[in-house]
Amino acid sequence: MTLESQLPALQIVLPLFGALLCALLRSGSLAWLVALVVSLAMPVISALLLMQVQDGGFISYELGGWAPPWGIEYRIDVVGAYLVMLVSVIGALIMPYARASVAKEIDADKQAWFYTMYLLCLAGLLGIAITGDAFNIFVFMEISSLSTYVLIALGKDRRALLSAYQYLIMGTIGATFYVIGVGLLYAATGTLNLVELTARIAEIGPTRPVLAALAFLVVGISLKLALFPLHVWLPNAYTYSPSVVSAFLAATATKVAVYLYLRFLFSVFGVTVVFEGLPVPEIMLVLSIAAMFGASIVAVFQDDIKRMLAYSSVGQIGYITLGIGLANKMGLTGGVVHLINHAMMKGALFMAIGAVVYRIGSSKLDDLAGIGRKMPATTIVFALAGLSIIGTPGTVGFVSKWYLALGALDKGWWWLVFLLVASSLISMVYIGRVIEVVWFRPLRHTGPEVRDVPVSMLAPMAILAAATVYFGLDTSLTAGIARRAVDILLAGAP
Amino acid sequence: MSEDVSIFAVMLLPVAGAFLIALFHRQPNIREAVTLMTAGALALIVLSLVPEIYAGARPAADGFTILPGMEIAFRVEPLGMLFAMVASSLWVVNSIYSIGYMRGNNEHRQTMFYVCFAIAIAATMGVAFSANLITLFLFYEILTLSTYPLVTHKATEEAVRGGRIYLTILLGTSMVLFLPAIIWTYVLSGTMDFTPGGILAGKVGAPVAAVLLGLFVFGIGKAALMPFHFWLPAAMVAPTPVSALLHAVAVVKAGVFTVAKVVIYIFGPGFLSDTGAGEWLVFVAAFSLIAASLIAMTKDNLKARLAYSTVSQLAYVVLGASFANTMGLIGGGMQIAMHAAGKITLFFCAGAIYVATRKTEISDMAGIGRTMPVTMFAFLVGSLSIIGLPPLGGTWAKWFIAAGAIDAGQLFVIAVLIVSALLNIAYLLPIVVRGYMLPPPGMTRDAPVRIREAPFACVLALSVTALACVVLFFLAGAIEDLLAGAVSQTEPLRAGGG
Amino acid sequence: MTIISEIVANYNQWITIFLMVSGLYIVVARGNMVKKLVGLSLFQTSVYLLYTSPGKILGGTPPILDPDFTVYSNPLPHVLILTAIVVGVATLALGLALVVRINEEYGTIEEDEIFPEKDGE
Repeated sequence: MTLESQLPALQIVLPLFGALLCALLRSGSLAWLVALVVSLAMPVISALLLMQVQDGGFISYELGGWAPPWGIEYRIDVVGAYLVMLVSVIGALIMPYARASVAKEIDADKQAWFYTMYLLCLAGLLGIAITGDAFNIFVFMEISSLSTYVLIALGKDRRALLSAYQYLIMGTIGATFYVIGVGLLYAATGTLNLVELTARIAEIGPTRPVLAALAFLVVGISLKLALFPLHVWLPNAYTYSPSVVSAFLAATATKVAVYLYLRFLFSVFGVTVVFEGLPVPEIMLVLSIAAMFGASIVAVFQDDIKRMLAYSSVGQIGYITLGIGLANKMGLTGGVVHLINHAMMKGALFMAIGAVVYRIGSSKLDDLAGIGRKMPATTIVFALAGLSIIGTPGTVGFVSKWYLALGALDKGWWWLVFLLVASSLISMVYIGRVIEVVWFRPLRHTGPEVRDVPVSMLAPMAILAAATVYFGLDTSLTAGIARRAVDILLAGAP
Repeated sequence: MSEDVSIFAVMLLPVAGAFLIALFHRQPNIREAVTLMTAGALALIVLSLVPEIYAGARPAADGFTILPGMEIAFRVEPLGMLFAMVASSLWVVNSIYSIGYMRGNNEHRQTMFYVCFAIAIAATMGVAFSANLITLFLFYEILTLSTYPLVTHKATEEAVRGGRIYLTILLGTSMVLFLPAIIWTYVLSGTMDFTPGGILAGKVGAPVAAVLLGLFVFGIGKAALMPFHFWLPAAMVAPTPVSALLHAVAVVKAGVFTVAKVVIYIFGPGFLSDTGAGEWLVFVAAFSLIAASLIAMTKDNLKARLAYSTVSQLAYVVLGASFANTMGLIGGGMQIAMHAAGKITLFFCAGAIYVATRKTEISDMAGIGRTMPVTMFAFLVGSLSIIGLPPLGGTWAKWFIAAGAIDAGQLFVIAVLIVSALLNIAYLLPIVVRGYMLPPPGMTRDAPVRIREAPFACVLALSVTALACVVLFFLAGAIEDLLAGAVSQTEPLRAGGG
Repeated sequence: MTIISEIVANYNQWITIFLMVSGLYIVVARGNMVKKLVGLSLFQTSVYLLYTSPGKILGGTPPILDPDFTVYSNPLPHVLILTAIVVGVATLALGLALVVRINEEYGTIEEDEIFPEKDGE
């Protein structure tokens, strides 16, 4: 047993034990150090995993030596490996940033708990992507969700508690729907292993229990994903949670839910069942378009930037699900690439606003007046990532939209191309609004403390903002990933 | 290959200049010296490419691939060469002028101004030399974004509002109309490369081509074709050198240049005139041309009047392109250069008047020619060039467009051109007449006046551009030779020439 | 009559569905945060039934290897549900903890008394 063969387990076990260690340490700084070391180790492990599956293979790891169907199998293919990579990289970027921000926003005696919960959440999210067992996914989903509720509740505002409670109710309903769906699948097929599920569902076809399971799974995952109109928990959760949490969740949590979608719709059920059994793609298209417009328009009228970005997230998730709904090669590529791209740009945006909160203690638009002169680097990060949200050429947002448009055209849907570009105009309005206030209004918060944030905070968000431009010009990595993932997904085998 | 180096140099040089400018933000003299040197070097490099183009070469350079089928690539062809020449040489003049204007007005945030200006020029060069639609689109948007801080330079409420309209219309049209047009073109023809003779011929029918053309010409909001012209007057709140940049050098010219380029290299003139898909554009352009002139007459603010004049003059280029024949396209291309020289002179004059007297309204400018004779004379020259009287450059552009109209059998356009020329006279010349003939307010006719011109840099710049209006009249043949190479279906058409 | 016999034949399923729906209804209809959590718990519990009841095989024995028996009940659902129960308990505990904190901050756990206070958000 070499260490290399244990990598899939390490990816989960390391953050789990890190969490334990953090809880025992009780000191904020030490806990941060543990979290930092673990977070930095994650991309290394995931890179090693990725290298093994790069050429289309997969890693199968039998947990505890129990072979499936009794034991749990960890199964990593390119799709999962890329998601693991995405989550770990975001996690690694967030941790250096977290030190200062958490110290400012969370009471000293709770900081160790914060890092504990953060590592648990990380473990849960990574676990979802790594495991090949439907029920195990539920367990990891709940690990990440429960820790997320705590993370949100750690927000300074007392409304954070309400948001956490609201999310707990919605999230648990979502997870329970998911587990009901899995239960029905288990009853119908007698297995929980995703690979075997795929084979058996292909045998029995779209029977009623399978379709019921599909329906439950879609609704359950949609809740986690904040698919419009099941998004109501998201704006509050992102608004009142600590800045680090908003950035982390916006960049990872919903992406993992999208991954589940992809796994179940395309791998487990397969395109035939999904398309012929239930009008899932049609529903998803309608909801995606509603999200692209509805949530984006709501975002325009928010006076709290975190809330605005949260609604923007709901809208941007619409682009991802639109790609899923299109379900052709180009469209799906657009959706998958937007999953990566949106993680970059939303991460940068939430980090930038977190930097502002760090300095002035508010994320209200009016309080940001004139801050652009005092915090130019933060503003530039915000502007770059904002341009990406709008989808200007040369940024990652453009690449996503390009693929989505080609996907729509493959179906001959002209109107959808126009809807796509029209919805980016709405994002132009809400991003532009912030830029105007930040640059042109007279400064409201004066004082020496209003200046750019320390390098430890600035560097992570600058890296993300630079990435939105770099990957907008050189897409061989991101779009390459997406294309390979789509090939696997559309081929059907998990 | 040497030409590859120079192609990249024309884009990288202004960017490098921008960095240096930002670096020397505490030493205004060095900063301005950097601006001037960058501008001068850029103009020289661009000019160095000219002989090759005349010789029929089409230097090309590949950047990199964004996605399969989506490449950043550059290729110098005659139309782009002309545009690059106009933009780079006017940048030199504009820089001289800017220094006088910005210092004369004690403007704030001058470094930011020069930095954005340099980036805008880099983007303009990218537009000019782009080898395919996506490269052009990328630089087109960079141009929009880099000029936004310039438009809002004054940071007043009005400036912010103007900037908002500027950004909304330009980004909006480009995203909602231009981008779908590009995607559509790509899907129809499988390529986005600018190809002599067009890439759509035989791939689409006349109705689709007409719709597609509509998406392009309205989507290219920078061309300010009515009804998407509002951004131009709104952007008038910017400092005058910026207005000059917008109206003469970079932004609007990038718009009409793109229209011309799309007509020549995407649709292909032959395809357009065979199918008649572009005929509706003649009417739209003619309407825009007349309507904008009429609106211009009602404006008392000098810059607003010039703005509408620009809208009208840009319609000439679109008109020329809409004929889709050799004469029309040469006329349109020539108008890019001729109008640039004429309009930048007028804007320089407007700015000079503002710097010297703080006057912006035409009704206040009585007798201004007595205190600022050089400026007013330059204004006269510029006006006459815009109107199209010999021996000034504007004449030839109008001449070729008229010839194009005859070739295309659109005889009513001749009437439109005549009416337009009269309207131009009616809204431009009274300014000169009032300036020279009327006494300054509160003075008698014969009272002696003291000459008070704008700073020397301003006067120098506007004199140079006024002179350029005259020189261009005699260079028209050379420009025609150059453009003929672009318009002809087979290239290289004319070796040598000039 | 067929409906009734159907219900009787699959009574375990119907109980599951009844619990599921009533739990969900309580979550939606009640404004008291503790009652909501009770509903949520009920909803989760119904899933335990959903999993475990099909695991019982008529005539089967507990899955302990014995040469006398050949038919065993399926043990896997029980194992799974053991995990799910843990998750459910954790969720309930966390939910109640949140409610306690909300009660400390707001002085009430009734949603309709809290939400007007939310400063219009």
